[in-house]
Parts: sequence; structure tokens; C-alpha cells
Amino acid sequence: MSTVEAPLYPIAVLIDELKNDDIQLRLNSIRRLSTIARALGEDRTRSELIPFLSENNDDDDEVLLAMAEELGVFVPYVGGVEHAHVLLTPLETLCTVEETCVRDKAVESLCKIGSQMRENDLIERFTPLVKRLAAGEWFTARVSACGLFHIAYPSAPETLKTELRSIYGQLCQDDMPMVRRSAASNLWKFAGTVESAHLKADIMQMFEDLTQDDQDTVRLLAVEGCAALGKLLEPQDCAARILPVIVNFSQDKSWRVRYMVANQLYELCEALGPEPIRTDLLPAYVRLLRDNEAEVRIAAAGKVTKFCQILSPELAIQHILPCVKELSLDSSQHVRAALASVVMGMAPVLGKDATIEQLLPIFLSLLKDEFPDVRLNIISKLDQVNQVIGIDLLSQSLLPAIVELAEDRHWRVRLAIIEYIPLLANQLGVGFFDDKLGGLCMQWLQDKVYSIRDAAAKNLKHLAEEFGPDWAMQHIIPQVLEIANDSHYLHRMTLLRAISLLGPVMGSEITCSKLLPVVVNASKDRVPNIKFNVAKVLQSLISVVDQSVVEKTIRPCLVELSEDPDVDVRYFAVQGLQSIDQVTMSS
Amino acid sequence: MNGGDEVVTAPAGPPQPLDWKFSQVFGERTAGEEVQEVDIISAIEFDKTGDHLATGDRGGRVVLFERTDTKDHDALRRDLERTDHPINRHPEFRYKTEFQSHEPEFDYLKSLEIEEKINKIRWCQTANRALFLLSTNDKTIKFWKVQEKKVKKISEMNLDPPKAVGNGCVASSSNSNSPTLCLANGGSSGNDFSFPPGGLPSLRLPVVTSQETNLVARCRRVYAHAHDYHINSISNNSDGETFISADDLRINLWNLEISNQSFNIVDVKPANMEDLTEVITSAEFHPTHCYMLAYSSSKGSIRLIDLRQSALCDSHAKLFEEPEAPGSRSFFTEIIASISDIKFAKDGRYMLSRDYMTLKLWDINMDSGPVSTFQVHEYLRPKLCDLYENDSIFDKFECCLSGDGLRVATGSYSNLFRIFGCAPGSTEATTLEASKNPMRRQVQTPSRPSRSLSSITRVVRRGAETSGVDANGNSFDFTTKLLHLAWHPTENSIACAAANSLYMYYA
Repeated sequence: MSTVEAPLYPIAVLIDELKNDDIQLRLNSIRRLSTIARALGEDRTRSELIPFLSENNDDDDEVLLAMAEELGVFVPYVGGVEHAHVLLTPLETLCTVEETCVRDKAVESLCKIGSQMRENDLIERFTPLVKRLAAGEWFTARVSACGLFHIAYPSAPETLKTELRSIYGQLCQDDMPMVRRSAASNLWKFAGTVESAHLKADIMQMFEDLTQDDQDTVRLLAVEGCAALGKLLEPQDCAARILPVIVNFSQDKSWRVRYMVANQLYELCEALGPEPIRTDLLPAYVRLLRDNEAEVRIAAAGKVTKFCQILSPELAIQHILPCVKELSLDSSQHVRAALASVVMGMAPVLGKDATIEQLLPIFLSLLKDEFPDVRLNIISKLDQVNQVIGIDLLSQSLLPAIVELAEDRHWRVRLAIIEYIPLLANQLGVGFFDDKLGGLCMQWLQDKVYSIRDAAAKNLKHLAEEFGPDWAMQHIIPQVLEIANDSHYLHRMTLLRAISLLGPVMGSEITCSKLLPVVVNASKDRVPNIKFNVAKVLQSLISVVDQSVVEKTIRPCLVELSEDPDVDVRYFAVQGLQSIDQVTMSS
Repeated sequence: MNGGDEVVTAPAGPPQPLDWKFSQVFGERTAGEEVQEVDIISAIEFDKTGDHLATGDRGGRVVLFERTDTKDHDALRRDLERTDHPINRHPEFRYKTEFQSHEPEFDYLKSLEIEEKINKIRWCQTANRALFLLSTNDKTIKFWKVQEKKVKKISEMNLDPPKAVGNGCVASSSNSNSPTLCLANGGSSGNDFSFPPGGLPSLRLPVVTSQETNLVARCRRVYAHAHDYHINSISNNSDGETFISADDLRINLWNLEISNQSFNIVDVKPANMEDLTEVITSAEFHPTHCYMLAYSSSKGSIRLIDLRQSALCDSHAKLFEEPEAPGSRSFFTEIIASISDIKFAKDGRYMLSRDYMTLKLWDINMDSGPVSTFQVHEYLRPKLCDLYENDSIFDKFECCLSGDGLRVATGSYSNLFRIFGCAPGSTEATTLEASKNPMRRQVQTPSRPSRSLSSITRVVRRGAETSGVDANGNSFDFTTKLLHLAWHPTENSIACAAANSLYMYYA
């Protein structure tokens, strides 16, 4: 037994570890199953490895999941497509395990293999497997079966096709809701392979059964597939068969079903012509926008722009806009936030006049919303409105909103607005920015919360990039450098952070003349935290400035710090010196 | 709703009272043996088929029992039924396995100890012969899978284990830093091995020899950090996908597969805790309507809510309350009105609730008052003051319904439990003691004419206590209370817990 030659040693360990007690090692071996297969050769992989895997399938779920995934790409290792069917056995067992993610992966791998298999093998090997699973004693097998029909069906002869359709019909009426859920969510895949005549008869019958299921969760998934199914049908069939169901669902007793409809409605519109949209879907959508459940209104409000895009502007103004007005005053802040995140997109659809007349008041009221997320969502999409109405009209209301957000008591809100400052700067232009927002940017540098000070420093860097070093020299640098005299050491630390970020943007010359002296000065600070941050900043500036400056200014400063009484300061100073040496050596 | 059908189609007149007999006991106490606190049973639950029974205890353990009598006798039973012979088989169980579900914990943020005591157990859908169940203590719900696993004995390795160890701990599973191992498993970056086309004949796969199996319980998921207060109930939905957990003030909805998020569907916490007048005491999903659930309150009301109406179900669809009898109000009225447990009947039409004094059966289509009320503790009314002083008045008794919905049962003091017939016209009211001789108490009854249940002379005053059982009410022992019991889903068999012992009866 121990006759393995030295070069084979690693692979021998790998094989032995397929059965190790340590799950991590088993997992490693399974992940490298392809290596094991190549070492054994195609013949022995088929005759030994695959049966071995089929027998040892009561392992931990993590291992089974990995096995299910590996087997999906195993066709080359068993000798190509003509031998692909040997992989079905282990995957069939994996399709019956209790853990959903393992089953899903096994089904995915089976689909991958099935789509490569020869027609004959599909009929003789794959389809029987699907039938076995569909008739499985436990629901887990039947759940998996639903996801395989679309592979088995196309190559089956006529009688077998009839049988498969009837089996699927039974799965749609299974006792277990889990099976019906799986049948509902896979129906559109199966439908895509079924001939048009049977699609209209059998599949639509199954669809209708599922849409009348008494389990909300089954109906829910039936809705989800609606749009995909609708696209397979001719528009008139879709209007006749799917549309009534959707309209019905949009008034379902369960808010979750209506929520799903609100999410799906837009996609279904693509499958239908303009006429049914106007007569049926539009009223349904308007109802959803006015639903009494906030969750449904959130979903509907989030689609308002997309829906308007497929309507004519007149219809949008006539039917959707009144709802949008109501939603902007909705009692739920989440509905208003959802609306705020998309409502900007309506501007190009409605055109300039309607936007100024109707939409602008809505923007403005949302900008003054008491809930910060709503205001933030509007501001984040500012570029879209800007294109239509220009910043002048907006700036008047925009500024108070921004200032208020900038001083919001929740630091996350302040953080969010800081992140939009570069976008605002870009949209508003230098002039407006200097007047109104410059002060805020400086104010954030001295915020009570570290994350805000840090974000403020990064923001300065973005602004310098946006408006150029000259502007920064005039509007940022002087104010920032003043902080050096601040009595609070945390503020002085923020200054150092800002300098390390600004240095690369400002370039060597300004860094040497303006920034570096401040840093060197700070190395004489009485607080050790400042001093070791000086060491860190100096290290980051090495690449920005000339070699001569490094030697003349940075190195002496670091040397001095490396003799500091504080151990941390010495540590970072020595690190800095080391990186100087590295740069010198490499150049 | 076909709940009434069984009652309607039942043969004329109420069903005959049942003759209860002792079946089994697990963990019986020997005389003088002291009960360990951790061994006290705190939850009992049959699975849907009735083939399995689970108990939880204060020590955080879950014990599983399996039925032994059915499998080989199914055919026989059918024959017997056809020939209308009485079936003398009754459910018998044997110990299957046990596992430690919860451990004591300490919440450092709130400086609170979290007991390991199992508050509730609920069975989930069986799959592939593996059993699944949910168990919960005050804060954390766990999803368990109990399954037979092969005991692996490996032979025919490529490398002899002792030799491999000699070669630098290669096979030692714990040492993942060993150099050879890195070579083996670390080469994922590329196909660094080149093999001859036919493969390497000297390599062999390990051979697994032993086919022995043993039961293994594995915790699959932990649903934690969603409850600020103590969890009193968990309940599975009929959709097989979701379940709820209820604490004093909130009910959360979970997906079985997702343990890191839950949705709050009921929140009765007032903005100001000083305004708090009512807490949630129990909650259960409807057995077939996936959108319907009921929860009970400390004020004695049951609310039925419809999950379809709204995401946050603060407004109930129906409220079930018994109008207070005028003039009967006392200091204890509200305390004894508090509902300790609610259960849906199997058909979903009726609900059973237990408060301190009574069992009440409700029709979900009738919210004006209960269909019937069964007095369980009426004889304790004069002693409410004492019960209040020793806290017994806050004991939470569970209740259960038979699978056919014809009878209800609940526990009492002195290890007694009571069974009532709830079919219209039924006067059945039986008191049993959780001991090997359940009828012991009745035998002492002088006024009782006969133990023969077929006797029409049997007099049971419905509602009021039969005098003998409770006449010597003074002897009632408030320390031995029978809080937990469960009715077999398909047969007339009851499992109940008396301290650390599990008694089973059949009729």
C-alpha cells in the first residue's frame, strides 16, 4: 500500500483526504476532484471515482455542495460527451438531499451536462432520471425534478413529450407547497421548450392552476414568471390569457402578491402591445400606486419612471403624474424615498414644459422632506434634472436642502451628502460652489465624528481634482493650513490626513513649498499621535517630491523622530526611513 | 370551512367517553428520588404523523422518541378495521436519541443570564428520512436535523497512516501547515501535475467498509438576536417555508432557510412602556391557511390576523373576547383571564385557549364568545389569594385537542390532567393522574358509581368539579403541576410531563 513513488505523493494525499475526518481537508480534495480524475485517467474515473462519489453521499452539506459544483464541469474527465451519462448517478442523489443550495447546484450541474449530452443519451438516460425524481418519495426529489424538464423535453419523441407534460402538470398540483413553488418558478423555462400548440393548451392550464393556488407563496412565484411566459406567447394570446390574470393579481387579497405585480408589471408591458397597456395595465398600475399597503406603493413608486417611458407623455401626464403628486406627500417615508430615487428620470420623458410646471414642485417638496433619505435620493440624481431645467431654477431650493443635510444630526446623513459634493460641484460650477458650499467643506474637517472628518479630507482631494490645483491653491489650501494652529489635536490630525491626500493632486512644487513645511513643523507637536502621523505622511510624500527634497527635508525630520521617546513614533519614523532607502536603492 | 362536518356526521349522540389506560412512562421517579431542576420537562410535541415525539427540558436538552408499534402492523390494522374488531394496539414509543439544543448564555450588553430551558419545540417537514425540528429558549431559535449517518471505517489508503505521520504529519488532519499538505492542496493555481493519458495505476481510492449507522443531530441554523423579550411561542406555517416566533411584545416572521433576517409582523409595544397594559402570551399559525395566525394576550383576548392585509399587522382581523360578567370583577379578574396557551384544531375551524380557571373552545367564525367553556380550576376560586401569594396563579398551563377535534385536554395541580368531550351534547369530563394508575384518584371517590365507561349510569357533572376528585381540595399540591401535555395527532393517546417523567396514556 505504501508503494507510492515520491512524485505521486501529493496526489496520493489528496485522494486519501477524500475521506479525512477533517471537513476542511475533504472540501479541499473535492475542490480538486479534476486533478484526482486526471491522475486516475478517464477509464478509472468512470469505473471507480464516480461510483465512489455516488456511494459516499451522506457527507456534510458544504462538501456535497462542492461536489455538485465540480461534477457540472466533469464531462472532459470522464472521457467526453459520449460518457457524460455516468455523471448522472451521483448528481441524481445530490438532487434529493435536504439542503436547498446543494439541490439547486446539482440541478444546475445536471442542466449543464444535459445540454451537452447526445440526443440518444438524453432520451435513454436523462429523461428517465427526470421521471424518477418527479416520482420521488420525498418532496426534495420532486422539487429538483421541476428544474430539469426544459433540458429533457426538446429531444424527446412525441409520446414521451406528452408524458413529460402530464408529469409536470402533476407536479403543479403536488401536495407539498415546496414542489408547487418549484413548479411555478420553473414553468417559464419549461414553457420555452414546449411547442406553441401545447403551450397554449397544457402550459397555460398549469399556469392558471398555479395562479389559483391557495398558498400565497405559490401564487407569488406564478406572478414572477408571468412576464417571461407572456413573452413566449403571441401578443394577442398574451393579452387574452396572461393579462386577465395579472389584472386579477393586481387586486389580490395578499399584499405580497400585489407587491410582486408592482415589480413585474413593467416587464409584462414589453410583451403586450400599446392598446392593452392603455386599457388594462395602466389602470392596474395606478391602483397599485394608490395601494393601501406601503410596501406595494414602494415597489410601484420605484418603477414609475420605467413605466412612464413606455407610455405616451400625454398618458403619463394625465394618469401617472397625479399619483406621483400624491406619493410625494405619502405618509410613509419609505414610499417617498423610493419615489425620490426615480422621479428625476421622469423629467426627460415629460419634456421641459411639463417638468417645470408639474414635476418641479414635486422635486422641491421632496427636497424639503423631513426625512433625510428622501432629500439625499433627490440630490443623488441631480444631473438628470439639470439636463432638463438647468441648475438656476433649482439652486434656490437646493441650497437650503444641502445645508440642512450637511448639518444633520445623524452622521451617516452628513457622510452621504459629503459623498455627493463632487457631483454637486460638477453640476453647479465653480462660482456657485465658492459662494455657498466652500464653507461647508471646511466645516466638516472639524466634525465631531471621525468618519466625517476623513470623508471631508477625501472630498477636498476630489474637489482639487475637479477644479484643478490653481483653484485649490486659492480656495482650499490656505484654509486647510490654518488648522495647523488648532488647539484640538484631532483636528490637526485631520490636517495631516488632508495633506497626504492633497499632495499627489497638487504636485511636487506646491507640496514642497506649502504643504511640507507644515508637516515638518507638526513633527515638533507635543502629542505623540501627531508625530507618528507626521512620520506616516512623510512616508506617503516620498513619491510625490524630488529626491533632493527627500534627502534635504524629509530624511532629517524622520531621523529626528526616530529618536523620539515614544515607541510608536520611533516605529513609524524607522518605517519611513526604510522606505526612503528602498526608493533610493531602486532608483 | 368543513370543521363542523365531523361533528355533524358523527353517529347520533355524542361519542362515548373514553376509557383511559396507562401506556408507558419514561424517566419514572423512584420513591424518594429528588428531581434535578435541569431534568424537568418544559416542552412536549408530537410530529405531524405521530410517529415521533420530542420533549425539551430545563437543561436545554431535546429528547426524541419514536413509535414502535405501527410500521409492521398497518396491514393488520386495516383488516381489523374492516371486520370491525376493536383494535387493541395503541401507540408505543421508544427512546430514539437526545441532544443538547441550548446552553446557558450570558448577554453582556444587558447583563442578563439566558437560561438554556427549552420553551417550545416544533417539528418541521421530514425529508429523506431525516427529522427536522425547531427548538427555542428565551432568546434563540435553532433548526435541528437528526439523521442516521454511516460510521466510516476507511481501509486501503494510498499511504499507511502511521507511515504518513512519520513522513511529516501529512495525514494529520489538524496540521494544515505541513509542507506536503500545502503541495497537495495548494496547487490550485494551475495544472501543475502532468499525468500520462491512461492515468496512474498505482493510485487507489479509499475504501469505506463499515456500514454501521448512528443518529447524529446537527444544528443547521440559528435564528438569533431578533427578540428583546422572552420568546413564548414558535409556530410553523403550512407553506413549509416560514415560521413565526413570538415574545411578550412582538411577533417575527422567518424564512426557514434565512437565519439573518426576520420581519416584524406584530408589534404591541407602546411608545411609552408605562402605557403597557397587555402582552402577547402565545401565537400559532392556522393549520391550513398560510396567511392566518392567532395570538393570545394577557388580558384574555385572542386576535386573529390576516398576513395578506398589511406588512405590519397591527390591526387584527378578528378579536375573540368573552364579555365580562357584570359585578364579578375582583383584584384577580385580569390575572386569571390571562391566556397561557392557544391551539388550533386540526381542521382550522376551532381554537382552544387555556386561562387559569378554564379551557375555552372558540369557533373562528364566531367572535362574540366561546362555543364552550370547561371549568378546570373552579374549586380554586376561594384560594386565589394564596395562589397569588405563592405565585402559582401565574403558572402557564398548556392545552391540546385530539386529532378528531372531539376532545380537549389540559393540565392541573397534583399531577392531574383533565379531558373534556367538546362534541355537542357530550358530557365527558375525566380527571386523570400522571402516574401508572391514572384512575387512582377516581377510585377513592365514594360518590362515583362505577368505573365502567359504558355504563349509562355514569354521572359526570359537566363544568363543575366531580365532587370526589376535588372535594379534598386541600390536599392539592401546588408544587406538582402538570403544565405540558400533547395529544397524538391521529389516535387517542396523550403524552404529559410530570416533573422529569414523561407519562403516556391511551384509550
